[in-house]
Amino acid sequence: MDEYFHSVRLIANRCKGCVSCTKRCPTEAIRIRGGKAHIIESRCIDCGECIRHCSSHAKTAITDSFVDLERYKINIALPAPTLYAQFPLEFSIETILGGLLKLGFDEVCEVARGAELVSLIIKDYLNRKDIKRPAISTACPAVVRLIQVKFPELIENLVTIDAPVEVAARVARAECTRKYHLNADEVGVWFITPCPAKMTACKQPLGCEKSNITGAIAISQIYGDLLKALPHADKKTNCNLASWVGIGWAIAGGETSAVEVDNKLVVHEINNVSNVLEQVAIGKLNDIDYIETLACAGGCIGGPLTVENRFVAETRMKQRMQKIKDEYQVLGKRPLMEYQKEKLGIKEWQAIEPRPIMLLDEDILKAMNKVELIEKTLESLPGLDCGSCGSPNCRALAEDIAQGRATETDCLFKLRERVRDLAQEMMGLAEKLPPPLDKDSEESEESEESGKKEECEVCG
Amino acid sequence: MSGGQEITLEFELKAAIFDVAGEASSKTKRVLQQIGIRADVIRRIAISAYEGEINTIIHSCGGVMRVVIFCDHTEISFEDQGPGIVDINLAMQEGYSTASDEVREMGFGAGMGLPNMARCTDKFDIQSEVGVGTKIKMVVFH
Repeated sequence: MDEYFHSVRLIANRCKGCVSCTKRCPTEAIRIRGGKAHIIESRCIDCGECIRHCSSHAKTAITDSFVDLERYKINIALPAPTLYAQFPLEFSIETILGGLLKLGFDEVCEVARGAELVSLIIKDYLNRKDIKRPAISTACPAVVRLIQVKFPELIENLVTIDAPVEVAARVARAECTRKYHLNADEVGVWFITPCPAKMTACKQPLGCEKSNITGAIAISQIYGDLLKALPHADKKTNCNLASWVGIGWAIAGGETSAVEVDNKLVVHEINNVSNVLEQVAIGKLNDIDYIETLACAGGCIGGPLTVENRFVAETRMKQRMQKIKDEYQVLGKRPLMEYQKEKLGIKEWQAIEPRPIMLLDEDILKAMNKVELIEKTLESLPGLDCGSCGSPNCRALAEDIAQGRATETDCLFKLRERVRDLAQEMMGLAEKLPPPLDKDSEESEESEESGKKEECEVCG
Repeated sequence: MSGGQEITLEFELKAAIFDVAGEASSKTKRVLQQIGIRADVIRRIAISAYEGEINTIIHSCGGVMRVVIFCDHTEISFEDQGPGIVDINLAMQEGYSTASDEVREMGFGAGMGLPNMARCTDKFDIQSEVGVGTKIKMVVFH
């Protein structure tokens, strides 16, 4: 595998080379070169903003497909709770889980159940005295990667707990291996994902060596088939269903309510997240205990690989939560209260490494020279941030120039200036004659001098 | 900016102009990231620069923030045009603040500015004269 695996890709023949994706990218990871968008792999955090904003639909996320299921003896579907928000309430969660079985999965395990476990462990984690505050959620992999590339100083604030999907995968894989007497590698665990960031996290996990998730299938990809299967699906009732606590993780604020932390901050949408992290970095939010950070507006229900409008999805999600709450009350049931530590894999937690993208040069002196060059170049650029050069803004172009990846004439305005100067020079040259042919030269010099004299007389 | 061995950044800070508060320290942080200073060191420089920036905006009649970045250390200095601090020892105490209620409502003025700056830096020097102004010089080794 390459150094970086990314699920966000370009469909080259659809790309018109417009600059909207370059401007939307929160890590300035896209440049237009040769009329097409190019993703700088070291910068991309797979948030999917470019997928969301490309009007030509030239950005996509690679996903696994149903064919891949054939490689395994038993296949488990791990639906993100966001999946439930894609369908009207007439289809119960049990029906949706049944629908997944109809599509060819042998087992289903709700990611929301993983979320319930994780909620409990985070609650305990936040009681610890030795953690850096504010603790920052690791549930959204796009945010974790944003911290790796733009806020490496905040890595120590990240909670050292796996995301719900990873926990759900670990539990489901172990359960199925036991149930069917199989080796772990004979079981395929498939995450039904609302976003490319989580897709990438399966292949390039954060916080663990190897993910328990085999692959990911986009909600938008499975939606059509699932919708057709739902009317014929049996209710999947033989599994423990998650409570409202777990499925609430799909919407912004759901995680912090599940963790039951009062002194919290909930931030969603990647640019908002970036602004808040900036404040954490300068120590402005040290009085907060926990920050729930989600790259998508509205939370996972706003994921770029979902189908339903996020406001509709949010309402549905809340209605489903209320319904479960009511049912629990009638039955006198309570959500999960205890957990087994080994299920969560805390011991396996692997430190998240920084991936600094700002560094201009390994050699500090060279880097300092480049900083100067950037500032100087920036002064000469028009500062319109039009993006026509293929870099997202004038500063980014100045950086690209300093790094030898662009030239000043990539800027349309600088190019125009150069053309104008050259044209003027050419005009001047065109009128110039070699001295033997230039019969007017002496005369003209004389007249110039006399002109000057006149001027002097006038002003003197 | 001058020379190849140091980078000088200078920012004018106007009194009570909060909409640009934090920009100077953000720019400083960006440069430090670009030249590859360690994340924890950047964090200390950014915090002390930010606190100084906010202090100048809240308490002074306006001033200048100057950052000089060398290979092995960064100097951050502030110089304002008054009003000066009456009792420096008191101002250095955690939780002591002369900020107005209005400023506190904006989330500033918790009385942690100067102590934070001293805590985050390797060298901290403050001189103040009432009616003249305050000078702060800080050094953080990389």
